[in-house]
Amino acid sequence: MEIKKLAVSSSPHLHSQNSVRRAMLWVLAALAPASLFAVYYYGFYVLVLLVAGPVVAVASEALILRLRRKPITAAFDGSAAVTGLLLALNVPAGASWWLVVIGALLAIGIGKQVFGGIGHNPFNPALAARAILVVSWPERMTRWVGPGLVSSATPLAEYRAGNLVPSNFDLFFGFRPGSLGEMSVFLLLVGGITLIYLEIIDWKIPVSFIGTVAFLTWVLPREGQTAFFAGDPIFHVLSGGLILGAFFMATDWTTSPITKRGRVVMGVGAGIITAIIRLYGGLPEGVTFAILIMNACTPLIDRYTLGKSYGSVRGAA
Amino acid sequence: MNDLKVFWRGIFDENPIFRLLLGMCPALAVSIAAGHGFGMGLAATAVLVASNILISLMRRVIPDSIRIPCYIVVIATFVTMVDLVMAAFVPALHEVLGIFIPLIVVNCIILQRAEAFAAKNGVWRSTLDGLGMGVGFTLALVLVSSIREILGSGTLFGIEVLWFWQSFEPMRIMVSPPGAFIVLGLLIGLINFLSMRKA
Repeated sequence: MEIKKLAVSSSPHLHSQNSVRRAMLWVLAALAPASLFAVYYYGFYVLVLLVAGPVVAVASEALILRLRRKPITAAFDGSAAVTGLLLALNVPAGASWWLVVIGALLAIGIGKQVFGGIGHNPFNPALAARAILVVSWPERMTRWVGPGLVSSATPLAEYRAGNLVPSNFDLFFGFRPGSLGEMSVFLLLVGGITLIYLEIIDWKIPVSFIGTVAFLTWVLPREGQTAFFAGDPIFHVLSGGLILGAFFMATDWTTSPITKRGRVVMGVGAGIITAIIRLYGGLPEGVTFAILIMNACTPLIDRYTLGKSYGSVRGAA
Repeated sequence: MNDLKVFWRGIFDENPIFRLLLGMCPALAVSIAAGHGFGMGLAATAVLVASNILISLMRRVIPDSIRIPCYIVVIATFVTMVDLVMAAFVPALHEVLGIFIPLIVVNCIILQRAEAFAAKNGVWRSTLDGLGMGVGFTLALVLVSSIREILGSGTLFGIEVLWFWQSFEPMRIMVSPPGAFIVLGLLIGLINFLSMRKA
């Protein structure tokens, strides 16, 4: 789209300071505390991963825009940097650097630019790339490590195996193995609530998403058990990538519904899929696939939750 | 249109996979390894040429109202022959391709060439058309399956090709169904992009 063609009339206009770049910088800032916590907890090596993601994403976006003969300024609006950082936050601390590099290339290339760039991608690019990485190199993408890069299992995997899990205190503040960005619930909440306060993301998706997961994991029995209303919702909310996914990835502007009711549908749907995968599925964690599936449903949700225009008669259209 | 054009357009201008988007099912399903793609392409080419010849010969005696069943009977005959020949001489490949050999009967390229070309043209041109389309189909399959085999297993036609890259770890998504869609989609996109630029 060329801005020059969008000529406007001569009236005085107020310019809102909102722009994609400003919003994306705020998202980066909101992710910064959780990212820095990962560096503090795991050591210097993960800083390499967290820098490589955005750098490769921005560079590949610029390169592809160049090949498509589009203005490459679009690569520096911050959206590619957010995608790259989110991807890096979605790999385990034991991941090799090349996983992040290939992931960032896939996120921008296959996740975003093949569909036409910003605003046109049907799936969250970071999650699409993560799904490709998980299918391609499953054992590398599940190389969970504790501090000092000692290998260990995630709380959700331990829970599934029936082993002891970290205390809720450790889960809340992030002292447990996991993907780089999912560990400290506390710092993610600080960032997420800031974004809600700034109206960059809508509270409806995270609240309905997390609420649905909490409700279902409380009500439904785990696989192999029969007692209802005996689950551990606090553990399920605090562990895995739920907080990161609900606040920072399910709320992606391009891939989530635009209507208010639609956003609740998206959150509830993602919550149901996450809970079912966690309780009965073949994987310990289901946030990635829940969000991707709901991304695919987004156009449909928008279509069926569109409000009636004032004065229109049902069935008259 | 001269005879040479009839042959060549199946390979480039009207490539069944990249241009007509016909025969996507075998292109996606059996393109895991270059050898499979090549075998599938040859089997389909054999059926395509033979059925084009026979249908072209019979085009004046086939009643218009039941032409599709007639084509299917002709095609099914050749598919059965190819199926049995492959089972006898290349049992390993026959085993791998499995159900996709009998499914050549309903391969839309073959039916489409019968309906769109062989039913309206002479034997010589129909043969050329079948050959061109078959070669185009085979080349496209080999291209897709080579990319998938190199990235997904590090080999090409079963031979180690990334010997200089010891630490290469196969990208396993390439040998699973999503990899087929990604590779085929990107190739079609690339070809459209290049021809758009040329125009």
